[in-house]
Amino acid sequence: MSKRIEINDLDIYYGDFKAVEGVSVDIEPRAVTAFIGPSGCGKSTVLRSLNRMHEVIAGAWVDGEVLLDGANLYGPGVDPVNVRRQIGMVFQRPNPFPTMTIRENVLAGVLLNNRRMSKSDQDDLVERSLRGANLWNEVKDRLGVPGSGLSGGQQQRLCIARAIAVSPDVLLMDEPCSALDPISTLAIEDLIEELKTEYTIVIVTHNMQQASRVSDKTAFFNIAGTGKPGKLIEFDETAKIFSNPSVQSTEDYVSGRFG
Amino acid sequence: MTTAAPAAPRAAVKNRPADIVFKAVSTTAGVLILIALGGVALFLVVQAVPAIIGPIPEEEGANFWAWVWPLTFGTLWSALLAMVMAVPLAVSIALFITHYAPRKLAQFLGYLIDLLAAIPSVIYGLWGIAVLAPFFQPGYIWLAQNLGWLPLFSPPASGTGRTILTASVVLAVMVLPIITALCREIFLQTPRLNEEAALALGATRWEMIKMAVLPHGRSGIIASSILGLGRALGETMAVAMVLASSGVVSLVLIGSQNPSTIAANIALRFPEAHGITVNMLIGSGLVLFAITLLVNAISRWIIAKTTVDGGR
Repeated sequence: MSKRIEINDLDIYYGDFKAVEGVSVDIEPRAVTAFIGPSGCGKSTVLRSLNRMHEVIAGAWVDGEVLLDGANLYGPGVDPVNVRRQIGMVFQRPNPFPTMTIRENVLAGVLLNNRRMSKSDQDDLVERSLRGANLWNEVKDRLGVPGSGLSGGQQQRLCIARAIAVSPDVLLMDEPCSALDPISTLAIEDLIEELKTEYTIVIVTHNMQQASRVSDKTAFFNIAGTGKPGKLIEFDETAKIFSNPSVQSTEDYVSGRFG
Repeated sequence: MTTAAPAAPRAAVKNRPADIVFKAVSTTAGVLILIALGGVALFLVVQAVPAIIGPIPEEEGANFWAWVWPLTFGTLWSALLAMVMAVPLAVSIALFITHYAPRKLAQFLGYLIDLLAAIPSVIYGLWGIAVLAPFFQPGYIWLAQNLGWLPLFSPPASGTGRTILTASVVLAVMVLPIITALCREIFLQTPRLNEEAALALGATRWEMIKMAVLPHGRSGIIASSILGLGRALGETMAVAMVLASSGVVSLVLIGSQNPSTIAANIALRFPEAHGITVNMLIGSGLVLFAITLLVNAISRWIIAKTTVDGGR
């Protein structure tokens, strides 16, 4: 189920522009790794490079390695479609498919791979995934209504259910709570705590309290100035990053002196 | 100056001259369109009544409805054939432009499609007669020989190629740019979030289009098809030039006996019409008017039913 990710000396480019330079991080399985840093520092870009989602922007390419349990995601002949089937993603704003019901949303990814799934298997999977996303009790009586009718927090948990329904090895979360109210945010954070027993989780967040609450390890990214590439400044245990970081700029950032 | 004085509470907001003028202009414009539409409808009804209630010349048919039915059939049949050809092609072109083509090529194709819309219908008519009909004619003979057992292709094949199928192909080419241009705009507006949601689940490009782009664009595809259908129903010149019509009701696509369309029939016969014939032609125009209204009403109903909210 959960796998280790090793990022080795990764540079990410958009055309000629070098967006991120020299990132090396070891992401542990069954743990939460948080990426923090000021806007534009490349943390979302690094996250999206982990399932090759940054490639939806034309001209994006990388130099370096991302190893998923030793297999290079950027090796020759590796299909990004297959990468994304193993590494799920949850986005900044909840994005259930508006024309699909709650049930269809959960099954959307699974039915891509496996069209001939029996009705009872589908029912089981829907229940299991929605329970896994702490949403089952709220929606079990209305699985046939459109997912867009749910509240923002529920929609985001629906998106998490959709992502875990395909049994990914890794779950990437790109500021999953930034569009949610504090109560819904708390629900998602509790869920992340539960999910990490089964999945490798990487989360990008602007909320440093959130990073310190949910993550085991934290990577701090920073940027020297506009037009310069983002860099990994420090990567360590979350407790250490927030109490006693070894780099001055990390301390400035987490203590709120800039950024 | 009033600005310096302490403002007393006023009941009404002061009317500024610019507001008054603008309101008058826009209201007039709005009323004008209603008057124009009402005037057209009134003209059609008043002029059509003598033909609808009264007897019509014997050689034209038993009564007005018997006379207008083959024309109505031809109008609907040719428009339907054109839509069957144009809609899938237009949607595919729009998808190619928005989701497959490199940006430079997509822009060029976009211009080309818009250019296609700017060609006058007389030109399409000439092209249909001079190029398309002779080009298709051997194909029609082949179809009649090999697929003649199908009612659509029953022999004999037309000797000139000026069949309802040729006319429909011309119509399809004419409505293609409208549908393509609208579909392209709609597909471009697909929320990026929905596209990324599909891709992140491991969808291929085509699966992403099925999951995100087409559902989002569904009502837009219908709306643009209806606009295209409106043009196909009312198209006059190209059909009048291309189609060798004899006023029959027939499903045969490739024969020399073809149903005419209302608009083409009016254009061909009006110059020499007099007396009750004028009323008959205007009556057929009223039928076309009613069909177009009906098509628009149905499309609005479909769009209202299929529009989804929550697509950001």
